Amino acid sequence: MTLHVINKTPSNLPLYHRMLNGLSAGDGILLIEDAVYAGLSAHQALFEGLPIDIKLGALEADIQARGLTHRLSPTFTLVNDKAFVQLSCEHDKVVSWY
Amino acid sequence: MKFSLVIHASPFSAQTSSTAYRYAKCLLDEGHQIFRIFYYGDGVLVANQQITPPQDESNLLTAWQALAEEHALDLVVCIAAAVKRGILDENEAKRYEKPNANLASGFELSGLGQLAEAIAVSDRVVTFGS
Repeated sequence: MTLHVINKTPSNLPLYHRMLNGLSAGDGILLIEDAVYAGLSAHQALFEGLPIDIKLGALEADIQARGLTHRLSPTFTLVNDKAFVQLSCEHDKVVSWY
Repeated sequence: MKFSLVIHASPFSAQTSSTAYRYAKCLLDEGHQIFRIFYYGDGVLVANQQITPPQDESNLLTAWQALAEEHALDLVVCIAAAVKRGILDENEAKRYEKPNANLASGFELSGLGQLAEAIAVSDRVVTFGS
């Protein structure tokens, strides 16, 4: 089980495709920094067809800094810094996509 | 758990260097151990003691120094990446006949062996890319 942390906007499609193509059952995705834009409803086509046990999260501070609190797609959970640390422990490894 | 962080991102052109600092602080607050923080590529730029941001901007250098002092953190800067970018300790300044050293206190120049060791002994390695 791997936690995938991505920090680029969804305009960097090849980066998203590389990450999404490498997912395994039980993995998690965490959007941080400019990647939180991928959590908006308009971008949910990106995440269609994923195995159902992939957990999706977005870093709360980065969502708030961009004024997106009420625009996050319901498929994503808000993750604060403490929960980010917790997710890092729960997964076997943390892979960063940038 | 024992963590190590690898920071590639420049402190000036990306948000990532600040994210790494926040993450490190939170790790320590949660009772985890940080074995080593390894600064690589443009990430080394934060170890320049001459960094002087405007007063109304945060200073990542002094933030890292304070955190390192409080928790006895091992802040290792890749020597090849640093020297190339003009960040020298006393030894390197002498070796290359430069008038001054400017590696900030609390940081140490060393090689990739330190990164390899950190990867080998840590439970988790988290990369903060550019």
